[in-house]
Amino acid sequence: MKFTLSWLKEHLDTTASVDEITYALTDLGLEVEGVEDRGAKLRAFTLGFVKSAEKHPDADRLRVCQVETDEGLQQIICGAPNAREGITVVIAKPGVYVPGIDTTIGVGKIRGIESFGMMASERELELSEEHDGIIELPSGNVGDSFTDWLAENDPSKVDPVIEIAITPNRPDALGVRGIARDLAARGLGKLKQRDVEAVDGSFSCPVSVSIDADTLEQCPVFYGRMIRGVKNGPSPVWLQDKLRAIGLRPISFLVDVTNFFTYDRNRPLHVFDADKIGGDALRVHRAVGGETLVALDDKEYTLTEGMTLISDANGVESIGGVMGGLPSGVTDETVNVFVEAAYFDPVRTAYTGRALKINSDARYRFERGIDPASVVDGIEHATRMIMEHAGGEASDVVIAGKVPDTARAYKLNAKRVISLVGMDIPEATQRQSLTALGFRLEGDMAHVPSWRPDVQGEADLVEEVARIASLTKLEGVPLPRLTAGVPRPVMSLVQRREVAARRTAAALGYHECVTYSFIDQPSAALFGGGTDATRLENPISNDMSHMRPSLLPALLQAAARNQARGFADMALFEVGPVFTGGEPGEQHMQVSGLLVGRTGPKDVLGSARDVDVFDVKADAEAILAAIGAPAKVQVMRGADDTWHPGRHGKICLGPKKVLGIFGEVHPKVLAALDVKGPAMAFTLYPAEVPLKRKAGATRPALKVSDLQAVERDFAFVVDADVEALTLVNAAMGADKALIDDVRVFDEFIGGSLGEGKKSLALTVRLQPRDATLKDADIEAVSAKVVASIAKATGGVLRG
Amino acid sequence: MENFVVEERSRVSGQADGLRLVAVLVAGLDILKDACDMDDLKQKYLSQIANASDEAALEDIRLGAVGKKGEVALKMRELGKMTPEERQVAGPALNALKDEINSALAAKKAALGDAALDERLRSEWLDVTLPSRGRPAGTLHPVSQVTEELTAIFAEMGFSVAEGPRIDTDWYNFDALNIPGHHPARAEMDTFYMARDEGDNRPPHVLRTHTSPVQIRTMEAEGAPLRIICPGGVYRADYDQTHTPMFHQVEGLAIDKDISMANLKWTLEEFFAAFFEIDGIKTRFRASHFPFTEPSAEVDIQCSWVDGQLRIGEGDGWMEVLGSGMVHPKVLAAGGIDPDIWQGFAFGMGIDRIAMLKYGIPDLRAFFDSDLRWLRHYGFASLDQPNLHGGLSR
Repeated sequence: MKFTLSWLKEHLDTTASVDEITYALTDLGLEVEGVEDRGAKLRAFTLGFVKSAEKHPDADRLRVCQVETDEGLQQIICGAPNAREGITVVIAKPGVYVPGIDTTIGVGKIRGIESFGMMASERELELSEEHDGIIELPSGNVGDSFTDWLAENDPSKVDPVIEIAITPNRPDALGVRGIARDLAARGLGKLKQRDVEAVDGSFSCPVSVSIDADTLEQCPVFYGRMIRGVKNGPSPVWLQDKLRAIGLRPISFLVDVTNFFTYDRNRPLHVFDADKIGGDALRVHRAVGGETLVALDDKEYTLTEGMTLISDANGVESIGGVMGGLPSGVTDETVNVFVEAAYFDPVRTAYTGRALKINSDARYRFERGIDPASVVDGIEHATRMIMEHAGGEASDVVIAGKVPDTARAYKLNAKRVISLVGMDIPEATQRQSLTALGFRLEGDMAHVPSWRPDVQGEADLVEEVARIASLTKLEGVPLPRLTAGVPRPVMSLVQRREVAARRTAAALGYHECVTYSFIDQPSAALFGGGTDATRLENPISNDMSHMRPSLLPALLQAAARNQARGFADMALFEVGPVFTGGEPGEQHMQVSGLLVGRTGPKDVLGSARDVDVFDVKADAEAILAAIGAPAKVQVMRGADDTWHPGRHGKICLGPKKVLGIFGEVHPKVLAALDVKGPAMAFTLYPAEVPLKRKAGATRPALKVSDLQAVERDFAFVVDADVEALTLVNAAMGADKALIDDVRVFDEFIGGSLGEGKKSLALTVRLQPRDATLKDADIEAVSAKVVASIAKATGGVLRG
Repeated sequence: MENFVVEERSRVSGQADGLRLVAVLVAGLDILKDACDMDDLKQKYLSQIANASDEAALEDIRLGAVGKKGEVALKMRELGKMTPEERQVAGPALNALKDEINSALAAKKAALGDAALDERLRSEWLDVTLPSRGRPAGTLHPVSQVTEELTAIFAEMGFSVAEGPRIDTDWYNFDALNIPGHHPARAEMDTFYMARDEGDNRPPHVLRTHTSPVQIRTMEAEGAPLRIICPGGVYRADYDQTHTPMFHQVEGLAIDKDISMANLKWTLEEFFAAFFEIDGIKTRFRASHFPFTEPSAEVDIQCSWVDGQLRIGEGDGWMEVLGSGMVHPKVLAAGGIDPDIWQGFAFGMGIDRIAMLKYGIPDLRAFFDSDLRWLRHYGFASLDQPNLHGGLSR
């Protein structure tokens, strides 16, 4: 919302400076977005007086003028027909930039005679389109600044334009008068009385108006009147200046009047050419659907069922509250005008405007809610202005429907206001603020003015009082804690696990990514998602159409992007939610890591190598350990086909409790997502990690034996598909009292063992508890290990 | 060694009783002679030791001198033949000689060892300017780091961390927050909707447009009084220079019997001072409007622009950072809390945005691009876990 200072002052009697006004506006909740100082670009221009003007010896239309300036008498050549002796003019001295012709004036010779500057026209100073001659001022002294002269004599040309942001709750501030009312309430002046006296109709309005019964909700009231015998044409200069200053293009007087009141009082109006209204009757009704209208923006719209339309015998003439139609619009030739002041309901207006994608001033205002009572004065204001400048005579006013009753009152609880705001605002001040804003106080009941549709309860009164009192002045008061003393932990177990997973992954060399929660359908489908349940109705692009079923596709896409940038090796991870469906709660926290390429760049030490499954296995184990998973887990196969079928493992506690999956990403997935492998990944499910059995921080007592431990190595030949963990578990189970640890230290496949066989070598660590082990004891345990492994796997000691 | 010598002497003197008489006769002459021998021996061996070139030579010298069959040992044996008087002179002298040789041997051995070690180390020179084996360090994303920072600050003020679903119902995201269906704010939020199956006529679920629905869910679950923050991802269908379709917010909510906007101001001032690590950073509360708070305020922090660089906490410019206000009675009621008894404040700010302001990160879109160069540059080390006693940031 833009307005000029002088426009504001038509409603507000104030001596406040622009700075005071803008500060107050922002503080009041009408945030100032900018102040345009229109005088700034004219500051270098000064007044001069033409002492003499002689014809140029070599050019009939040029005059050689001697001009009195603040720098003495200067010779200026001028081609304007009105350049003559004895007039006060506006001078651009050499070096001054002239905005209207985008030129900096220099000293030059014109047809052999020197010229020291320029005398400017209004167009050259961007004051108007006037360019028939140079500016002649009726007053002013040589050397005076032109900006100062304008400020004194024609302030609307140079006064600042203020632009404010309007929150949706303040439709009243979409009119200059509403803004003035807020400032007056703040104490920055007095709201001027600007009531209008009704114009008595001198004839009966030949156009009748009706509202269909089923349309009264959408358009409860419609005021109209004809003014006949008007002379349309360009608006008076003051009106053009006003509209142009706030960025509106003057069109014709009758249209400009409607725009003026739209901004002056947030009272949108519409004008029909009365001679084009078919059948002398306007009917407000709901669209059946399928009607069409060429609107004032020259576009044809097809209307859908339920939209508020204004029609005549010729068909649809206007979309209520949104935009008028071209056929019945006024033109320069219009002599009989029909003025409409109506109230259209915000919800329907918003719906219609959205559906038709029309962003008009009228829609913007009606959908926020204008003052329904303003139809009464609005039509009179417009009538007066039209008759004053375009002549004509007014009919009586025709009315359909009635002004909706918005009367309501809420209790002002002064103590509650103080308690909520935390500021000591005396009750008298509270009442004064509300009264200044147009509320009528009866006892402690505040009656809401018709222009404040947003005020819907006591809380809104608090806001009004607080706003006027100024929140900037609020002093902070410490917030008491719910419990005294040292703050208690505030994060849930899962939240702590997320932090631990993140920090562990980063410590292991992974870089954390945060990727969008939505991905493209094909990538989602690769990972078991991309279903209709997870589809967005209105995605921003096809790349972001489905909620992600896994963190990995986006990490792989990130890897592909980085590879395209020339980074072949990387470790990425993400911690975040994935979505199994479209209902709230069908969301699960995951931790995924991705290793691509080599463990590092090639190096002198030769330590870099391709990443492999045991890298991600180690990392997955480390992160699981960090979030409290037990050390003893099972590793199973059979994860989905995003994994290499032979090179992945599910870390499980029992067959159904999967804590995570690690492995090599399936080559087809890499190909689909354009990633150059090798690529290893893990996905962990932190919520699956069981809680600690016992609460509390106490740890079990440490049991260490003073007796020396003994290690024995074994090598077993087993079938190639026997898994190492089976051997380890069998060995561990051979003597639970004595065997402390079993580690696999070598694997050898094929060769002399023959096809389908492999050898696994184990170190078994024996920890005696009671007495030092004798050779016989060790032999006995060894025999048990061999027997146990033979039983579990059919493996035999390697000869 | 000392003990050994004493034993030797007593054994020798025990055996020697019978010879005592003879020995005495020759004592005078022998003492003189022995003294000369021992001096020679000492000179001989000390010089040999000094000249020994390696440990093997030294061992030879040791065997020749103080070994079982060495010269000194042989002299020792002769003690038995001496008179007690002679022995009293010769015994200690021999022992002293032996000690002296032994310590010279030990010293020389150490010196040779040092020399050999020095020699070996000299040959083991490495070009230590070669690159290390490398222990690649990962990073945390700024969104995670800043979330932990603000969690630490608000925890200190007694707020706990609440969470909610990112796909939520229309009711939790809008209606419960006093944003009815036709409200312009609803259109302005550029909401993402979940698709509905044909025949499913429920209002479509939304990707939450703010973290505010967590307020309602937490009020329902926990009632009043309450102090929570709700950090997390939110979504709006907007994508340009300064908007991404997903970003992060933190919501704050404090409900009690006598909480005021003045408490809100204090809380936020404390937060900004702690978060930006600038004591006395100024804030400005401006009246504004949000459907879920009444009164509402937008909050600016003090800043200035110097040579195109934003400086937080200085100068007389203002930067809008959050929206806040007193919770609307309808919102309390929607959360099942009686607005006649309880009141409170709420605020919401962009996590990505305050991360950009604090750490000078220029482009929001880059947050979600996973560019390795960006992650390395703007990421945080794993051990930089923010806390208040050690300082939030390094």
